[in-house]
Amino acid sequence: MLYGYAGQTLRIDLSTGVVEKEPLKQEWVDDFIGGRGFTAKILYDENPPQVEPFDPENRFIIAMGPLSGLFLPASGKTHFCTKSPATGGYGDSNMGGHFGVNMKYAGYDVTILTGKAETPSYIFIDNDKVEIRPADQYWGKSSTQVEEAMKEDLGEDFQILTIGQAGERLVNFACISHDFGRQAGRIGIGAVLGSKNIKAIAARGTKSIPVFDPKGLLKKGKETYAACREKPGFTGWTPEGTAGITNWCNDVGALPTRNFKTSNCDYADDINGKAILKELKITDKGCFSCPIPCGKYGLAKTKLGEVYVEGPEYETLSLLGSNCELSDIHGIAHTNWVCDELGLDTCSAGVVVSFALECYEKGLISKEEMGMDVKWGDLDSIVHILEIISKREGIGDVLALGVQKAAEKIGHDSEKFAIHVKGLEWTGYEARNAPGMMLGYMTADVGAHHARCWVLGSDVATAVGGNKDATVHDLISGGADFNHIPKADHKNVVPLVLKSQHLRPAFDILGTCRLQYMEIGLETKYYEELYYYATGKKMDFDKDLLKLSEKIWHLNRMFNKREIPDFGRKYDYPPARFTEEPIPSGPNKGHFVTMEVIEEMLDTYYAARGWDKNGIPTKETLEKHNLKV
Amino acid sequence: MGLEFNNETCSGCKACELVCSLQNLKKVNPSKALLNVYGKFPVPGKYFVDICDQCGACAEACPEDAIRLKGQTYRIDRKKCTNCLDCVGACPVNVIKVDDDGTPYKCINCKQCAEVCPRDALTFS
Repeated sequence: MLYGYAGQTLRIDLSTGVVEKEPLKQEWVDDFIGGRGFTAKILYDENPPQVEPFDPENRFIIAMGPLSGLFLPASGKTHFCTKSPATGGYGDSNMGGHFGVNMKYAGYDVTILTGKAETPSYIFIDNDKVEIRPADQYWGKSSTQVEEAMKEDLGEDFQILTIGQAGERLVNFACISHDFGRQAGRIGIGAVLGSKNIKAIAARGTKSIPVFDPKGLLKKGKETYAACREKPGFTGWTPEGTAGITNWCNDVGALPTRNFKTSNCDYADDINGKAILKELKITDKGCFSCPIPCGKYGLAKTKLGEVYVEGPEYETLSLLGSNCELSDIHGIAHTNWVCDELGLDTCSAGVVVSFALECYEKGLISKEEMGMDVKWGDLDSIVHILEIISKREGIGDVLALGVQKAAEKIGHDSEKFAIHVKGLEWTGYEARNAPGMMLGYMTADVGAHHARCWVLGSDVATAVGGNKDATVHDLISGGADFNHIPKADHKNVVPLVLKSQHLRPAFDILGTCRLQYMEIGLETKYYEELYYYATGKKMDFDKDLLKLSEKIWHLNRMFNKREIPDFGRKYDYPPARFTEEPIPSGPNKGHFVTMEVIEEMLDTYYAARGWDKNGIPTKETLEKHNLKV
Repeated sequence: MGLEFNNETCSGCKACELVCSLQNLKKVNPSKALLNVYGKFPVPGKYFVDICDQCGACAEACPEDAIRLKGQTYRIDRKKCTNCLDCVGACPVNVIKVDDDGTPYKCINCKQCAEVCPRDALTFS
């Protein structure tokens, strides 16, 4: 008996309409545990080499973990994976809410879509019943409109996953939306669903998940919830959620501002977590089984109207806020809503809009191409750019490719301020005085995403002296009062980066959210014990789970090498702005990272990973991890 | 008296449903929980939980007189229950659930949901 898992893989060929169910492969369970482990293994094994991201043969994979859906804090994450249209390499993105747990309660740990539906369609899953149905009535509609309509058509208890118009039109940073405000945002995951003519998936699962020791799980689950309550961050971090870090980032000079030109703004108090609570919030909105709901659902009021929206969370605040010089919390929330409705990743969208504004300011995009006279910090301008991207009108058709490919078309050295790695836009942490964070962004498998590594606290600690192991709540509640921050030390960042790169994605393997650990400091021993009661198997978090997480890191690197003909070291470089332009203002004024430092960090990093000088895993490294690739 | 719900703090996490099904049915299956969490989105943007307030409608509907008040709690007498499920239809908030073997279950005021609720949205007085 396989405990902790639903036990089945669901395969849907959208071209032929054939639906197949097969037992979950024991080999996957034994060697890759779940979630991100499953997706890395399946994408490598089953995607035809060098298939184009929008080719019907590109797989779209949904995977749950052994802890998904169980009685423990935040077991509601859903992991999606495909070959990314943004990077051309390994792409995954995950989402909270209630969708994935319904897939698991319906009986499916893994779902693999191949092919392309002939006409706009949606997938209907009600336990054993799986059908591909016409979606003409939903195609062309926004995310919330579709979710509302489908719940009315099918029933309130169906969980809906959908794409917006941006996904239909294959925007390279189109997201998946769910639960009126949750998204799998990154790597263009929504565009791949759009390329398959799939508008939505509706799922309802009402079966039980078999667990090894229900009594033990009940006891340990209760203990774990109680342990969360005891953490200072439970009451200190939760009220503002991720937005609570805004002022700290601004104070330490890490808040992306004006397309990452600088790293500090003078209006952080107007766009922070407290502003959300005061101006917007209606309710805390939590994902499945989460005791520390980071979602803040609210009502934004601007000249463009009143809109209900979940967020903005920190990434959105920084990237559509200060990075676009939008200093009004209602305005930021409105742009958040526009992205959600159109189905755009707010991270990439913020970076693309700020790139477009800088191009326009420099005369690289004309008023005619843009369709209007656009300005920094202007709500109308930002909404206009988001809309022409989703409609692919004028310069919007170019911007829809993401900043890397847009800069190739626009030219005139615009690639120097196209803020991305590997084609994926950078997220909300400016890193010219954060060498560890910089290296983390540079070397992440999916491109510049903080989900793979977050060592900003230790970077700042090396500069100012402090606790390298502080939780996010510790950092925020510790405060910051810095006028000038000394240069951070880049010499010893590699071990910290490696640890973070294995630790953060480890939770994606189990199927839980990492924030209980990262933000409030829930100890890893709880996950070891919960895993035992769920599966009946012992797991050492460091020796087993982090070792697997490292193995996945090598596997995904090999996927990128297989898919991208000249893949190697040059794909790990940061944008030129970070190595050529000193930060012009704020506490990190004058700091930047030279290419010499970048090369030195990469040399050290590759050596520590067991990769060659070009950043490719050596034969010995692959053998050590039993990877036959 | 008994179980109470405060929708000002509920964040819709369903930890209550999870602990309920595990405690009472020994199963990981929130659809079997003896209370229902749901949200109303996009408007007004609030969560609600349907709970058993021990109203007794199930007992009135039971043709076998198998549901009786003991203290503050209506309990199903398994020896008398014939699994006719009249109680299921009689519950005004649909929180009597049926296990896979056809047996009806109802809230017995075990208080686990109130104990676990991280938001203190469920309380027991």
